[in-house]
Amino acid sequence: MLADKDRIFKNLYGLYDWGLEGARARGAWDGTKAILEKGRDWIINEVKASGLRGRGGAGFPTGLKWSFMPKQSDGRPHYLVVNADESEPGTCKDREIMRHDPHLLVEGCLIAGFAMGAHTCFIYIRGEFIREREHLQAAVDQAYAANLIGKNNVHGFDFDIIVHHGAGAYICGEETALLESLEGKKGQPRLKPPFPANVGLYGCPTTVNNVESIAVVPDIARRGAAWFAGIGRPNNTGTKLFCISGHVEKPCTVEDAMGVPLRELLDTHCGGVRGGWSNLLAVIPGGSSMPLIPAHDCERLLMDFDGTREFKSALGTAAVIVMDKSTDIIRAMARISYFYKHESCGQCTPCREGMGWMWRVLSRMAEGRAHKREIDMLMEVTTQIEGHTICAFGDGAAWPVQGLIRHFRHEIERRIDDYSANPHPEPVRVAAE
Amino acid sequence: MSVRRLADAAIQPKSFAFTVENLDWAKGEIAKYPEGRQASAILALLWRAQEQAGGWLPQKAIEHVADLLGMAKIRALEVATFYTMFNLAPVGQFHVQLCGTTPCVLRGADKLIKLCHDTIGEPLQISGDGKLSWVEVECLGACVNAPVAQINYDYYEDLTPENFTKILADLAAGKEVKPGPQVARQFSAPSGGPTTLTDPALYAHGNGGPLHDPALRDADAKWPGEPANVREAAVPKSPVGDSSANRRS
Repeated sequence: MLADKDRIFKNLYGLYDWGLEGARARGAWDGTKAILEKGRDWIINEVKASGLRGRGGAGFPTGLKWSFMPKQSDGRPHYLVVNADESEPGTCKDREIMRHDPHLLVEGCLIAGFAMGAHTCFIYIRGEFIREREHLQAAVDQAYAANLIGKNNVHGFDFDIIVHHGAGAYICGEETALLESLEGKKGQPRLKPPFPANVGLYGCPTTVNNVESIAVVPDIARRGAAWFAGIGRPNNTGTKLFCISGHVEKPCTVEDAMGVPLRELLDTHCGGVRGGWSNLLAVIPGGSSMPLIPAHDCERLLMDFDGTREFKSALGTAAVIVMDKSTDIIRAMARISYFYKHESCGQCTPCREGMGWMWRVLSRMAEGRAHKREIDMLMEVTTQIEGHTICAFGDGAAWPVQGLIRHFRHEIERRIDDYSANPHPEPVRVAAE
Repeated sequence: MSVRRLADAAIQPKSFAFTVENLDWAKGEIAKYPEGRQASAILALLWRAQEQAGGWLPQKAIEHVADLLGMAKIRALEVATFYTMFNLAPVGQFHVQLCGTTPCVLRGADKLIKLCHDTIGEPLQISGDGKLSWVEVECLGACVNAPVAQINYDYYEDLTPENFTKILADLAAGKEVKPGPQVARQFSAPSGGPTTLTDPALYAHGNGGPLHDPALRDADAKWPGEPANVREAAVPKSPVGDSSANRRS
């Protein structure tokens, strides 16, 4: 288990003051000026050397992303946008940062903004997080009042932070949809290229980062890249906030080292799986978009990017959804499909039409009212959606269904057999309905 | 996608304009964004318009915001119908948004959905006394505290049919209800106490002093095993009021 001294989020549970004084006592805003004086390249190289990979789901190396920003401004301003539109089912880590340790984020914004030559930062927080927004705004106001940010601040780098909120759209967590929403439009993703680093917010170079990616930067800069890189495995470094929900004795959010074995994570912090480890059916390791992993693989599962990929899944946001043997796994996945149907922005046909189709078929399969050949048809449709949409939403909706069919095909077939063994007045409908 | 339409013309107010205070506030919001990019403020302005109109967004309010921002009305209508937090028809004084996504369902949200059906009525219908309305929403982002409901501005977490019934009854009766986890628990920490961050050396330089109002004292807590609907003392509070005492009102 990660030692307490190596934890970054020291007020994760809101036991202490979240304001400026409390944050300073815990080490925030310490020597920030000295970090900035080391220069842009030093900061970017340090973040690169730390091996920090984006914490928002895709795991793209953060330092590399920052280096895509133009070195010299061509007259257009640069923008830093922080993605706090946390809506992936299972994920609730950024919420804890924003309400209990917002100054880590504010300080991280300044350092990241400086590294990219961005004098303005927008934090896009989901609309439902009203109290979290109040805390974050209060923390930003405190930083202004203490002259830590703003014009002519003590750090010698003019920097503004604007807290912007959404209004209930999962798709705005996609970086280009977020930019569209920030510009006051419907949140519908843009085609890439051009990438935001060239043409982003208001047509200017923009980098979009997750809250957690930004909030760990001050600690990396202060304690050194080697410290961060020394935690976890190569290519999967650092600490990570894990959100464990579902069928565990004590669901919780906890910071631990990357690469922690799943079983250790559940047993140490969550009191284990409800009814014991043998009662485990499957876990979704990284938020609802990731394929599930059945119990027999969970024994060997290491919770990092490569560890989850070994079992054809992905770390995503490290939101572990645990399901025990009482779970109706088909219904659980059908509900996730309903989520994607509800949240599709409607821009691309495969997604707009496919989401509803998958949900309807899965709902019938949950009752057993289906044909076995429809299982292959469903698999085929998921591959038609995956990779055929503007953004990754289509992929994220197709993967959990693929995971279900890959690991629980026998369960779907059993249910179809059960249903057809009992006479029903209604004829079984075919998939196209 | 969900189909979202404006409310029936019969209940749409004839006019809408921001109050003086809200108009001042709106101008401040618009000024946050670069010159010519005032459309960025639309979500914040629509949200304030919804607050002013009593929890829902009439057509005239959307058009008023569009005029204020110099946008075509259709663009503002697009935005208002795209984002699901804008209620296009009136809701109850306490609008319950109950999360029904898988992590909440795994912890028993379907019982709460049935409970809402039984005690409040159909989704988006206002209860007879005008106090309550409910709707099933997608993931609220508090999954380790599932099941969760958002009622107006606050999250109510770790719900059970018993404590949720009491919350709804108390709200309808005009009593104060404490938001946050409804069981003995420090926000998202494991119930029974954190397993991490226990090393006192972490806080050797102080921790900004204790909160003015401790989020949860031992004496306030109900420990696992006691019925969740019995609240003999305060449930956890949001840690508002920090030691630097510089909060925006």
